Amino acid sequence: MKPSKIKKSLLAVTAASVLGGMFTHVMATTPEDDLQNFREYFYKKFPGVPLNEYGNGVYGIDQASRQTWEAIEEFPPYEIDLEKGEELFNTPFANGKTYASCFKNGGIGIRQNFPFYSKEHKQVKTLEQVINECRTKNGEKALGWKKGDIAAISAYMAYTSRGKAMLIKTPTTTDEINWYERGRKHFYAKRGQLNMSCANCHEDNAGNYIRADILSPALGHVSHFPVYRAKWGSLGTMHRRYGGCNKQVRALPFPAQSDEYKALEYFHSYMSNGIEVNGPGSRK
Amino acid sequence: MRRFTRIVSTTSIIAVAITGLGLASTAVSAAGTSKSDIEKGQEIAFSRKKGNCLACHSIKGGKLPGNIAPPLVAMQQRFPDKAKLRLQIFDSTVANPNSIMPPFGRHKIISDKEIDLVTEFIYQL
Ligand code: HEC
Ligand code: HEC
Repeated sequence: MKPSKIKKSLLAVTAASVLGGMFTHVMATTPEDDLQNFREYFYKKFPGVPLNEYGNGVYGIDQASRQTWEAIEEFPPYEIDLEKGEELFNTPFANGKTYASCFKNGGIGIRQNFPFYSKEHKQVKTLEQVINECRTKNGEKALGWKKGDIAAISAYMAYTSRGKAMLIKTPTTTDEINWYERGRKHFYAKRGQLNMSCANCHEDNAGNYIRADILSPALGHVSHFPVYRAKWGSLGTMHRRYGGCNKQVRALPFPAQSDEYKALEYFHSYMSNGIEVNGPGSRK
Repeated sequence: MRRFTRIVSTTSIIAVAITGLGLASTAVSAAGTSKSDIEKGQEIAFSRKKGNCLACHSIKGGKLPGNIAPPLVAMQQRFPDKAKLRLQIFDSTVANPNSIMPPFGRHKIISDKEIDLVTEFIYQL
């Protein structure tokens, strides 16, 4: 399963064949319909699990592992990062400005609105992207995308938004729909040498065991990011996770903050509308 | 709770498999397949880097199976035609285009020879 063991050339061939074999996605449903169907699929699969519980990943659907997790959350492994994130957030740049100047409401309690489509820049923008844009605009160097300071700042901003329901504006314009459809396509397309889609694992088989791991439902996936993973031993952003899940099926991962992953996050987050932000979270 | 149910169901699968064993081994020797091919097939099927079939299927003799897919038992009843069984392993998407099962042959995850060996192993389960 180690991606490093696979020859690059083989990966490239597989990636090409996946693209070639992909059907063109005709939009048969609206984003609102998708959202409705997505929720109902999981409601049927896990009767009695309320919408907000999906924000807890596997622990929302599995009582046994939930107890261990609740014990861990009593002394959360992300606490130090959270403090660091707050400090970074409030430390002025060399020019005297702070992150607060780049966000609505001074950056407090706004996590639920990301990612969003920027009319001005004609693209989807993620929280991490705007954090780095804020830095470069103010003469600072951009941070690495997947872990470290950016994850700490993002974690603090999520923390100040806990309890606010995810609120991604429904895509309506042609460009918004195009971004959304690109993300949706990524989610449902089979990829990699192992030929699996995100949906194969996190929709079709949510709640099932793959070896000794229970697969989490994709509904609610975004609410607790960035996440502290025991396996990483640190905080990581959503795009770090996307890369990992692409590699698991022996597909070439896309770069963090590539349009492909931004589109995926846009779709993925819209599907979780209505679920309260509870980030940062901790996972295995 | 859930863990417990799972252990119980795995055990009952093993019980079924053991009952079927006598039958299977006769068929195998009748077909003239050497035991070591079956052992080689098992090794490939269980290896995480090769078949990793246990990620999804429970199989007699394998530990910590997933439960995504049907347990591989009584295979000769389900696949009297060995070629059909081989095809399922070679390219699962022929029978089900959305199958989560990797197309082991079509995507060259394991070699043709390895697929033959895995087929021999699975066929006698
Ligand atoms: C081979 C199966 C498989 C595929 C395919 C897969 N994942 Fe995962 N994913 C896992 C496993 C196993 C975990 C860890 C257990 C869990 O939380 O589901 C995980 C975890 C995650 C998490 C973290 C969940 C949490 O609560 O923190 C996210 C987000 C995620 N996957 C998204 C994706 C996306 C998006 C794709 C497609 C690009 C994808 N996965 C493809 C197996 C898979
Ligand atoms: C990621 C999951 C996964 C892996 C890994 C996997 N399978 Fe499967 N397999 C399935 C699923 C799911 C089915 C049910 C039919 C379908 O959806 O394609 C299946 C069906 C089968 C069947 C048909 C069973 C029947 O009675 O109809 C056979 C035989 C089989 N798999 C053999 C294997 C072998 C051998 C391996 C390893 C070399 C393997 N599978 C690896 C998921 C998997």
